[in-house]
Amino acid sequence: MEQSPTSWGRYPQSHAARIVDASWAHEVDLTRHHSVIAYGLGRSYGDVCLNDGGTVLRMHRCDRILSFDRQTGVIRAEAGLSIADLLRIVVPHGWFVAVTPGTKFVTLGGAVANDIHGKNHHRVGTFGRHVRSLALRRSDGREHLCSATENQELFQATIGGMGLTGVITWVEIALIPIASRRIEQESIKARSLGELIRLTDESDVEWDYTVSWIDVMQRGASLGRGLVLRGRFHEQADGTLGGPWNGPLLRVPIQGPSWLLSPLTIKAFNAVWYNRQISRLSRTNMDLEPFFYPLDGVERWNLLYGQRGMMQYQCVVPSEGGEDTMRRVLSTMQGGGISSFLAVLKKFGMLTSPGLMSFPRPGLTLTLDMPITGRRMFDALDHCDRIVHEVGGRVYPAKDARVSAAMFRSMYADVIERFEASIDPAMSSSFWRRVTSSTKEII
Amino acid sequence: MKSLSVVVIGATSGIAQPVARAYASRGATLFLLARNAEALSTTASDLLARGASRVETMVADVQDSARHDEIVHAAKGTCGTIDVVLIAHGILRNQQEIDHDVDEMLRLFEVNATSVLSLAQRFGLAMESQGAGTIAVITSVAGERGRRSLYTYGASKAAVSHFLAGMRGRYKPLGINVLDIRPGPVDTPMLAGRPQPLIATADAVARDIVKAIDRGTWLLYTPWYWRFVMAIVRLIPERIMMRLKY
Repeated sequence: MEQSPTSWGRYPQSHAARIVDASWAHEVDLTRHHSVIAYGLGRSYGDVCLNDGGTVLRMHRCDRILSFDRQTGVIRAEAGLSIADLLRIVVPHGWFVAVTPGTKFVTLGGAVANDIHGKNHHRVGTFGRHVRSLALRRSDGREHLCSATENQELFQATIGGMGLTGVITWVEIALIPIASRRIEQESIKARSLGELIRLTDESDVEWDYTVSWIDVMQRGASLGRGLVLRGRFHEQADGTLGGPWNGPLLRVPIQGPSWLLSPLTIKAFNAVWYNRQISRLSRTNMDLEPFFYPLDGVERWNLLYGQRGMMQYQCVVPSEGGEDTMRRVLSTMQGGGISSFLAVLKKFGMLTSPGLMSFPRPGLTLTLDMPITGRRMFDALDHCDRIVHEVGGRVYPAKDARVSAAMFRSMYADVIERFEASIDPAMSSSFWRRVTSSTKEII
Repeated sequence: MKSLSVVVIGATSGIAQPVARAYASRGATLFLLARNAEALSTTASDLLARGASRVETMVADVQDSARHDEIVHAAKGTCGTIDVVLIAHGILRNQQEIDHDVDEMLRLFEVNATSVLSLAQRFGLAMESQGAGTIAVITSVAGERGRRSLYTYGASKAAVSHFLAGMRGRYKPLGINVLDIRPGPVDTPMLAGRPQPLIATADAVARDIVKAIDRGTWLLYTPWYWRFVMAIVRLIPERIMMRLKY
């Protein structure tokens, strides 16, 4: 029996009843299925890409480019093409994806289904804003062409629609021009959360890419101290576009022991990382790979979290009172014994996504990786949900493995019913059953 | 300089795709043949986007040997001089699946062997006067010993390997390399639903194939360890081989 696909957090465990590999996007047929989810490269953290007891349709083989206009930077490709492969083809011609997540090992289909965002959200919005059109195979046996002008409702439901509106077979996106692979980066130390948010606001005016790493192990006045990273592509052509791509430098061979990423080691790591930079401001020039994809150099790093796996918590809260909310969220996590060595803060801009269920909203977004420990941690996260919800914020389905059904529906109350009308009856996922099951009687 | 010209028969197959991509990224001219028109046109657009300088396609069923001369003629028309021809089409059935369907058993032999001999021979004749080039054919490690679970497939691959060995002797003095590619199990649609130990990725196998063609190798086991596995398998006495269940 083939091993069931997992998500990046390796939690929850899930067993697909059937695993099907799609060879050609145009051959995908849903007419004889009743519970399917399309699966790309498994980089979502929780259970949006899982389908316990159902069919998982793996799309990684559907990675052909259907057209690429080197003059206009418009590319259409099957949904299983990864951003890594796409970049190898387009970067030498002076193009880059308008929006990239922190790993290049995501598929175009996944990027649309989760309406991903990147460090330049304040400039360009989400991935969905750059989708010109897409094709959706539904259980009615037809392929639906969707864009801002055609099948508009389905287009909006599919962007950020978690794969539930059908199987995305191809996607056409608009790329952005670049003259160089080189990035000018500055890293600024911030001694407190307040200073860090002020620096973010300042940086967002002048810089295309901004993100902050925060040391979540600090308490009191130092709570939220960290490094504000800001960067932009060199604007002068320097002949680097045809430069090489790195393979992974390391591969994590086996699952790590549970003590490896424990509160103690994480606290030590955070202190070292913060103090590594001695001066307040550090300037570097670097290749786009280490800038955008620092963790791609270590293949399967998620295994370091050991047997129990890991999860990520990502929320967004309005800017108004955002600092105070973040302080409360971070303190709640500390109270619950949650430790994280990958905690990032970013400010989402005002640009709206066409996606109905798209997660980003203007405001502050906080993301934390954490090893799965136990009940206390889950209780603390439930408490964080309440804090976030109270101020009108929400959590990100692509990262989630635990939000309660009632909480999720309440966070997305403004759009969820409209979205549900576009769900394909043949599609389902572990995530969707989890967030709809206990409230079914209300519907 | 004239770009490399490459002919791929069975161009939509799992191994042919990454090989064709490797040549596309070198700016090659490609002539592709396959049965499924839609998959073929998707493949052609993919190769163009990946850097191929020209891609021509032809839809045909290799079982239709009456069209083989037409195929070679069209390939010549696109390529002029054919630098590489890769014959990559094939089907897989366990013996059990075709045991009581002798017609299907013979059809497998026709697709995997007869059509390949016909095409290899015709391409050989067409390339004879070039003084250079490679005729590369995907066979299998399964062609080396007869096994109860896979003997029609194995025989079809053995026939081709045998044929290629002879062709090699004939074409070597003419400057044309005849390459016999023997992969172990490869993770392609052909093996869907047949879980295998030691399964290789199509990308890794394709890298080996391109390297072997570049170097003028005449026999390739891919991945590399199959050379050693098969060296041992060849030594197993028949009285033991016939008792093996797999």
